[in-house]
Amino acid sequence: MDTAFISEYAPLYIEAAGVTLWLGSLGILLALAVGLFCSFIQYFRIPVLRYIASAYIELSRNTPLLVQLFFLYFGLPKLGISLSSEVCAVVGLSFLGGGYMAEAFRSGFQAVEKGQMEAGLSLGLSSGQIMRYIVFPQALSVSVPALCANVVFLLKETSVFSAVALADLMYVAKDLIGLYYKTEEALFMLVAAYLIILLPVSVLAAALERRLRYAGFGN
Amino acid sequence: MQDLGIRVLFMGNNFLRLLLGLWITIKISLAAAGLSLVFGTFLGMVMTLENSVVRAVSRVYLEFIRIMPQLVLLFLVYFGLTKAFGVNLSGQASAVLVFTLWGTAEMGDLVRGALVSIPRHQYETGTALGLGPLQIYWYVIIPQAVQRLLPLAINLTTRMIKTTSLVVLIGVVEVMKAAQQIIEANRYTVPDAALWIYGAIFFLYFFVCWPISLLAARLERAQ
Repeated sequence: MDTAFISEYAPLYIEAAGVTLWLGSLGILLALAVGLFCSFIQYFRIPVLRYIASAYIELSRNTPLLVQLFFLYFGLPKLGISLSSEVCAVVGLSFLGGGYMAEAFRSGFQAVEKGQMEAGLSLGLSSGQIMRYIVFPQALSVSVPALCANVVFLLKETSVFSAVALADLMYVAKDLIGLYYKTEEALFMLVAAYLIILLPVSVLAAALERRLRYAGFGN
Repeated sequence: MQDLGIRVLFMGNNFLRLLLGLWITIKISLAAAGLSLVFGTFLGMVMTLENSVVRAVSRVYLEFIRIMPQLVLLFLVYFGLTKAFGVNLSGQASAVLVFTLWGTAEMGDLVRGALVSIPRHQYETGTALGLGPLQIYWYVIIPQAVQRLLPLAINLTTRMIKTTSLVVLIGVVEVMKAAQQIIEANRYTVPDAALWIYGAIFFLYFFVCWPISLLAARLERAQ
């Protein structure tokens, strides 16, 4: 292990980790928004839109991110829609993640008993108020474990970004292997970088899950 | 122009080449899924043991494999093993190895979960009836565990098929590589081939994974 090499090139990894984190969190936030939107459409059984939403969920969950990104980055320009690598990465990640997040929210909504909604109605709340004050908070606490798992999953998926010419961690590692043949050092820093990014997230997710176990209805 | 692009899919044996490429990905994932099923079942049973050393080792293995992106694992095996130990694995062999390691971890956790979810009194009733430990496993525990496990294991297979698309990044010639070759070969005659070819691959993956997901969802509901 060449420590001089590691300290010389560590800044490259820090920069690349910044790219991964920035695009990853942007994609995850958008995925949450898309997922929530789709699950609302399905929950309120909005005609036509609910079929589009469920088609979208199936499409995004049953195709790999790499294929989605290749289509966005190499395919769409032929239609005159040229997106930069960064935009492709974020759009791809939120397309993929949206489907997974929608499923997570849906399972939460399903877990809320129908009686809760009826009780709200009999108290004279509007359907918007029922959603805001009764159904959503309960559904959210059920969904959190699945949502957290999705966040970790999506952060891991960002490793594919290098395929659309983004200088992320994989790209830097491959570059260093190709340029200097310092395979061990490059891979060591790669693993370390991903551990530094992902370990706190997964520990935090586990802590959140434990805390929420007390937030359920009736205990 | 746009309406002519789709013909690139059916020119010569292009579509067949894409399908053959897809078959390579599926072959890798099926091989890895089969191996993971065997090793994962074993790992899952080992993980239910009370031995703290076994627990700690399997826990570290599981957490490391699960937290690393699969592409990083592929790089570790494909580039790292070669350099560190002089083992020269082909892209396909490293892919099978990596996806088996990953699948074993995931499957092991599923098996452990299924075994733990079976109430303790099932074991106790078996013992009270005079069954030996192997008989309890074979007649009481495994049939119940398999029922819970089946949809989850099938879901894992679709995840594996989707994740195997990464192998193109370590140089395995599969569907994405075949696509790039076709697009390059038709660069001048069909300039917008990329749109149609990548679009086609998107739906090819979908039509492979979707039925499997539906099957898993149905099995899950049937419980």
